Amino acid sequence: MHPAPRALRRAVAATTIALLATAVGCAPQPEEKASDTSSGSAAGACAKGKLATRTSGKLTIATDEPAYEPWFKDDKPANGKGFESAVAYAVARQLGYDKSAVVWQSVPFNKAFAPGEKTFDFDINQVSISAERKKAVDFSSGYYDVRQAVIALKGTRAAKATSVADLKGLKLGAQVGTTSLDYIDDVVKPTRDAAVYAKNDQAKSALKNGQVDAVVVDLPTAFYITAAEVTDARIVGQFENQGGTPEQFGLVLDKGSALTSCVTDAVDTLRENGTLAKLEQQWLSDAVDAPVLK
Amino acid sequence: MTVAKERSGEDSTDDDGYVPSQRRIDREAYKRARSRRATALAAVSTLVTGAVLYLIVVNAPGWPRTKETFFNGEYAREALPKVLEGLWLNVRLLLICGAAVLVLGMLIAIARTLRGPVFFPLRVLAAAYTDFFRGLPLIINLMIVVLGVPALRLQGVTVDPVLLGGTALTLTYSAYVAEVFRAGIESVHPSQRAAARSLGLTNRQALRFVVLPQAVRRQVPPLLNDLVSLQKDTGLVSIGGAVDAVRAADIIVGRSLNYTPYIVAGLVFVALTIPMTRFTDWVTARMDRRRAQGGAL
Repeated sequence: MHPAPRALRRAVAATTIALLATAVGCAPQPEEKASDTSSGSAAGACAKGKLATRTSGKLTIATDEPAYEPWFKDDKPANGKGFESAVAYAVARQLGYDKSAVVWQSVPFNKAFAPGEKTFDFDINQVSISAERKKAVDFSSGYYDVRQAVIALKGTRAAKATSVADLKGLKLGAQVGTTSLDYIDDVVKPTRDAAVYAKNDQAKSALKNGQVDAVVVDLPTAFYITAAEVTDARIVGQFENQGGTPEQFGLVLDKGSALTSCVTDAVDTLRENGTLAKLEQQWLSDAVDAPVLK
Repeated sequence: MTVAKERSGEDSTDDDGYVPSQRRIDREAYKRARSRRATALAAVSTLVTGAVLYLIVVNAPGWPRTKETFFNGEYAREALPKVLEGLWLNVRLLLICGAAVLVLGMLIAIARTLRGPVFFPLRVLAAAYTDFFRGLPLIINLMIVVLGVPALRLQGVTVDPVLLGGTALTLTYSAYVAEVFRAGIESVHPSQRAAARSLGLTNRQALRFVVLPQAVRRQVPPLLNDLVSLQKDTGLVSIGGAVDAVRAADIIVGRSLNYTPYIVAGLVFVALTIPMTRFTDWVTARMDRRRAQGGAL
């Protein structure tokens, strides 16, 4: 074996280090978006149809796949049917983008809040606003006041529960990453560990199979499941809000997004002019007939 | 061989009167110096590489946010106990399924290597089993077993997602392991079997005392691969609602939108794999030592 001449080896080592050092120096810098990033809503910042969106002239809206009823219809977010699809188009109109300028994108919930360049302008996916989550993403103001409900198969012990205490000894299930799960852990505090599912579909199967006694979902979903999907289940009741503040769904934006204030203004306007209430009436069942579990 | 002796006086000689020459002493000193130099160089080059990589990561424009999202001490502390609690489920599944897989895999492998026309249906069945379960994606297998079997409403069949999930894992992994064992059995030279039979051992004895011991020893590394893989796949039983280490991390991630718990869960799994690898290395080395009683060649 002939060792390479020492000088050559040294040269190679030095070059390698030099190259790596340049790589450090030349790491790509994020391009500054040429946009008016004034906070607040000066007329210039939220010019209709001229926001600093991902694709100029288009508004890219993300949601998860599958898109569940009653929030979306037929798993097609772009058809404008279902509460969230309707809200998304209303917000787009408010921002000056008509239906043809809206592009839908399928983004899993877990990816919607990853750091780094976002591929969408905002995400609409029944995401509850919380102080903790605000550390990772921006939220618009809330577009829906949500309540959590319990569903169980008719004729079971769980279906006869009238209070939170009645749920304590049961095996409860919920979807991972939802506030439904927080309600089980923080409000019910059951004696048996909650079953945690990746998707609501699996939670529904488990309920049908008797692998859980009851499932916690948000109220509109509960109405939809009991009316259309698991017809031998009924809504046992709804929870009172934790800590007295209503839980709200918000649109998710990139942390520090230039659009946050504009989107928030749009949602506020839709709330004030009654559009949100009208869409709720149109797409979501009336929630008054679900008893409150004290 | 280095001379490891006190060289206090000129008359210090070995029993055989051997005194290492000055040349030999010099040569050994030189060798030691070279090896010290090599170690020092390796250390410096490692440090430089490490420092460069560190600088690349830390000077990346998105580093502060990445650090906050993936390496947050507060969430790591919150996640660790919950992840470990979930890991207990992974470990139990690994131990029970691992044992079942080894036994079942061995039986299937033997069934596939049986000779004689009378065993034809058994061979076909074993082959069909391995073909099917090796090809079926594990996640679909789990779906069918964990969510489908309870839907049949069979009397006396459990609906416990962990037991069902363990069953599904065992079905898939015993097919993998059966193939590993079969490859091992077939890799033993036919002369071994011939020699055993000529010594008057029956077919069964030849298999048990001559072929299988050699086959299993050869198969330790691939078997360990399958076991490590099984250890990570035990987490997939969370499809039925059971909370394992990864799902425990998932729960915190979903609530906080911070990925640190995933990193914690990943590191915990790696930490679990390393002792397992070292242990099997030790077992293999011990088996080799026992086999090579005359010393290694």
